[in-house]
Amino acid sequence: MSTLTDPPAEGFRLSMLINDTRYRSLTFQVIAAIVLALCIWYLGNNLIQNLRAAGLNISYTFLGDSAGYDINQTLVEYDSQSSHARAALVGLLNTLLVAFLACITATIFGVIAGVLRLSNNWLVSKLMAAYVEIFRNIPVLIWIIIIFTIMTAVLPGPRAFRGDDATASMLFDSFAFTNRGIYTPMPWFENGIFASTAMNWLLILGGFALSWGVAHQINVWANHKQEATGVRPKTLLPILAAWLVPFLALTLIMGLTWEYPELRGFNFSGGIKVGGPLIALWFALSIYTGAFIAENVRAGIQAVSKGQTEAASALGLRPRRVMNLVVLPQALRVIIPPLISQFLNITKNSSLAIAVGYADITATLGGITLNQTGRAIECVLLLMLFYLTASLVISMVMNVYNASVKLKER
Amino acid sequence: MSDTHAQTVAFVRETQIPPAPPPASETGVVKWLRENLFSNAANSALTIVALAAIYMVLSNILPWVLNGVWTTSSLAECREVLQGKTGACFSVLTERWNQLLYGFKYPGDQYWRPNLALVLFLVAAAPVLFFDLPRKLLAFTAVYPFLAFWLIWGGTLMVPVVALLGFVAAAAVFQRFGKSSFAIGFFGAIAVALAVWLIGGELIPEGASEDAWLSPVPSRDLGGFMLNMMLGVTCVSLSLPLGIALALGRQSDMPLIKWICVIFIEFVRGVPLITLLFVASVMLAYFFPPESTVDLFLRVVIMITMFSAAYIAEVIRGGLAALPKGQYEAADSLGLDYPQAMRLIILPQALKISIPGIVNVAVGLFKDTTLVSVISMFDLVGMIRGPILASTEWNGVYWELLGFAALLFFVVCYGISQYSQWLERRLATDHH
Repeated sequence: MSTLTDPPAEGFRLSMLINDTRYRSLTFQVIAAIVLALCIWYLGNNLIQNLRAAGLNISYTFLGDSAGYDINQTLVEYDSQSSHARAALVGLLNTLLVAFLACITATIFGVIAGVLRLSNNWLVSKLMAAYVEIFRNIPVLIWIIIIFTIMTAVLPGPRAFRGDDATASMLFDSFAFTNRGIYTPMPWFENGIFASTAMNWLLILGGFALSWGVAHQINVWANHKQEATGVRPKTLLPILAAWLVPFLALTLIMGLTWEYPELRGFNFSGGIKVGGPLIALWFALSIYTGAFIAENVRAGIQAVSKGQTEAASALGLRPRRVMNLVVLPQALRVIIPPLISQFLNITKNSSLAIAVGYADITATLGGITLNQTGRAIECVLLLMLFYLTASLVISMVMNVYNASVKLKER
Repeated sequence: MSDTHAQTVAFVRETQIPPAPPPASETGVVKWLRENLFSNAANSALTIVALAAIYMVLSNILPWVLNGVWTTSSLAECREVLQGKTGACFSVLTERWNQLLYGFKYPGDQYWRPNLALVLFLVAAAPVLFFDLPRKLLAFTAVYPFLAFWLIWGGTLMVPVVALLGFVAAAAVFQRFGKSSFAIGFFGAIAVALAVWLIGGELIPEGASEDAWLSPVPSRDLGGFMLNMMLGVTCVSLSLPLGIALALGRQSDMPLIKWICVIFIEFVRGVPLITLLFVASVMLAYFFPPESTVDLFLRVVIMITMFSAAYIAEVIRGGLAALPKGQYEAADSLGLDYPQAMRLIILPQALKISIPGIVNVAVGLFKDTTLVSVISMFDLVGMIRGPILASTEWNGVYWELLGFAALLFFVVCYGISQYSQWLERRLATDHH
């Protein structure tokens, strides 16, 4: 009677490292680790030698030194005596400012163009197609320069607004378009509740939050009522009141007034000055990215099959409710992810500010600070760290959103 | 039967009326206009707004273009010729044509070299772009990079020949051993190529470039639109294989390889190209051996290639993910190993799906080559903003120059995207 035995265990042979699938992936990973370590060692060694030869070291103490340069557009207190870190902060806020503004306007441009491109009107849809093709196929840097040139070379100087034979005039006596920037009226509070303006604005914002909560409650109440009785109570007036009353009350109490820009001496003063570089960058980024967003919007709307609209109509829904309840929720699922990656692109493209002299973080930390201190490695690393953080945060938001709208599969 | 009718109806037609043409409002141009432009009030309003917008744009641009002056030698002369009329001063384009295309330092008597390189590029690209052409032309495509390097930079012919020999030797080794074991063939090929380059580098005599047949042109003398084209073509073609490798690495089961690829891709995609160009211009030199001098062009090519490789990798990953799992399993069940399965089954399909995305990345990359003007390289935009607008003759000629740059980029990028659409239709093997 024969017994089955395992085949005799084979000894380990060197060729099994490559040929045996049990060991192969381990072999490749060890090789990769060795190559990676060699690369890092080689590059690090070169870096150390080069730094020693140049008499440099890696240190971030320069951030505390006085920057010694001026920035024309700042959101926080800053003067030339402030530290490099402060200059970087100013730049960071400026980057966020232009990215935020451009995201909003780009979305507006993109949605309008995307919807109009699907219009039944032949001329309008062709016009929008031309807009999309022209703006998508020309580098954004060229657009930024073109719009900056319009700002500086075409708009009149403040001098043109002066005298009886002025060649330029202010729009509605309150907006001045000059080659140094656009001046608009500034709202401020005569007797604010808090001493600082920012706190007062936060209060207004709080008022809006309150309005939103009340309006939401009214809707919830109306839904309950509708489910119980079948009749939806009229909610338009209460909701309007909920939005307007807190805002009006707050502005009346605090005495909202407008400060208009005025021509004094060689320049305008008063009001809000939005610098030419900011406008050029903002407008160029929004109109360029708007062309991309238009394509996303178009694709999203076309992705909802016609059967959905027809089915909804067959159920007796009005066109507006078909749009709100059936088409948009499905189209948004397609539109939002690429839209958010376009926002990411805007944030990254805002680094082109350096081409028109807008003081974003690339221009302050990566431009003037780098050139003044010669701390190339530190500056570029900090710069990359900022953009990496920004894009990680944005893609985190995108993942959360994607998870929330994912089709619930059972 | 008809008698009953005869009493009540005065006339009964017994033959069919010949078909009448549709009413004027339901045919031809009028119908088209009614349906497409004036179907209702809102639509008509839109049409009128659109017409007004088109009129405004054209009425401003057309006289300006048609009145253009092409033959003066400075802006002041232009203004004299125009005498206050609106009109463009296109003479800046004719007078600075060579600077716009080749930069301001490329030797004037050598312009035929980049021109020839461009023509040969079209020849070399043709078999890659159009599959109907004979496959033998691909041999020229393989030689082209070395030929183009020699034509544009000049210097001794030995350098590109040695580089080419390294690749030929590597290909030969891979042919010989790659059949039996991919790994041996692959690493052996790399080793042989390195050996050929090292030995060949020693053999090239010092100063061979000085009295070469084509006078050497240093990288810093390149400029103009030529620089954009060179950066675009070089970086796209280099980043394609790198992108494929990164995408495959990201899909790999080996955790170490996977994480190297993930970190690289996410890092590069998270930072703007400008910061990578800063790395190229101020930081990368620290990472090379102390005595070596790697010129700015090469450093920029390295960084842009890394940049676009990360984006291409993501596009190809999408293509790989879109393939049904059955394809991978079918390849496995046929007994193919990993390199064979990838080369014969997976990649051809995945790459076909990814073509539109890859072309998007390529177009985006080509547009982004203008960014090198920020680190003071004189590409087309750099030439316009730097030497040309700063010169006394042409200070203030914005629109002609910027419009020319925009037009040039538009033509190239629009052409590429049209090609990609044609290719998609061509490659569509599924029948609807």
